[in-house]
Amino acid sequence: MAGFDKVVDTYEQAMSGLTDGMTVIAGGFGLCGIPEGLIAQIKTMKTSGLTFVSNNCGVDDFGLGILLQEKQIKKMISSYVGENAEFERQYLAGELEVELTPQGTLAEKMRAGGAGIPAFYTATGYGTPVAEGKEVKEFNGRQYILEESITGEFAIIRAWKADKMGNLVYRDTAMNFNPMAATAGKTTVVEVEEIVEVGELKPMEIQTPGIYVDRIIKGSFEKRIERLTLAKN
Amino acid sequence: MSLSRDQIAKRVAQELQDGFYVNLGIGIPTLVANYVPTDMEVMLQSENGLLGMGPYPTEDNVDADMINAGKETVTAVTGASIFSSAESFAMIRGGHVDLTVLGAFEVDQNGNIASYMIPGKLVKGMGGAMDLVAGAQNIVVTMTHADKRGNSKLLASCSLPLTGVDCINKVVTDLAVMKIENGAFHLLERAPGVSVEEIIEKTAGKLIVPEFVPEMSFE
Repeated sequence: MAGFDKVVDTYEQAMSGLTDGMTVIAGGFGLCGIPEGLIAQIKTMKTSGLTFVSNNCGVDDFGLGILLQEKQIKKMISSYVGENAEFERQYLAGELEVELTPQGTLAEKMRAGGAGIPAFYTATGYGTPVAEGKEVKEFNGRQYILEESITGEFAIIRAWKADKMGNLVYRDTAMNFNPMAATAGKTTVVEVEEIVEVGELKPMEIQTPGIYVDRIIKGSFEKRIERLTLAKN
Repeated sequence: MSLSRDQIAKRVAQELQDGFYVNLGIGIPTLVANYVPTDMEVMLQSENGLLGMGPYPTEDNVDADMINAGKETVTAVTGASIFSSAESFAMIRGGHVDLTVLGAFEVDQNGNIASYMIPGKLVKGMGGAMDLVAGAQNIVVTMTHADKRGNSKLLASCSLPLTGVDCINKVVTDLAVMKIENGAFHLLERAPGVSVEEIIEKTAGKLIVPEFVPEMSFE
């Protein structure tokens, strides 16, 4: 690697340094916008005891679900996890820790973590099980709870295009949690559909500036659809 | 006759106003999109990061990168925008969405809602529901008035773990339209052919019934 050229050629290089017990922030919403090849590489590496911060946990045989099957995940911090039979089994058997977090709070925890803000107040979850054990404070007559932000040793994300400096553009709703996840990893690895020359992406169209990105790898994606719904007629 | 799911959606659609940004939850709320009056413009917000959600795609237009919060393949309307989850919930939490429609297990007379967790059953998670109820100024809950065993879902106090407190203004059920104000349900309309007595019987929380309760109109 020279200067700002962050492109790596192999998945081994992309995920090197990941070790047992680390926290990994993952982009994606359901199966949309997930870094498929990076997840597969973690499976290959057999890294275990991982904490994943991700809105969902894939399905049984795709997305983060494949790491559950190999029992590599110790804890999930997610907003919705119901799409996965093995998840249910491990959770009910007490093999898997789950911290359910409201979706907007989860996004903000990543955003704040990446922005150097250790905690923030939100009305979301006040008076619910989510508020248990958390500080409550009143602002302008309304109650808010204190939520701590999240960072991880690694962030794994998917983008559409990257230039070699790691400037990123996302494609449609595959953006979702990826921009926040990108900021919240000590090492951020992005898997992209296309790598372009520096200068091809206009400065004003860049959605994640390269400063957040450490490694780039070109992937090839299955892009599995979770719920195919079609117009009638 | 109690309302069908589509009729509930049709009644909720009457709460829409021209120029509204609207978030529709999963289930009956999603059906509301089918009944937006043709002379009205509304923009649908999907919390995975899409403002201006369009109909389901034709087979030729299916794109795995274009989904809604229910993980269904969708399209974007002209004028739509796409953004991150943090931006999406900034809109929601910041009170920028004009109307939120969502389902629930229980609602109580103080505007509390329980919608994501039944103890003893597997908890799948709250998704964006807690953020939506905390952020919206204007929330309509859709649900059946009573469960399959006839137990009221409109209670004095929710029995299930809460999704949010003091946040629900209006409930549209298969039997009635009610607003929630000052610690009580207020009966506004009844489904065609449904008696006020039946609604009283199936409402466990405090219900204020005016002298005249009009039937819902679907014109």
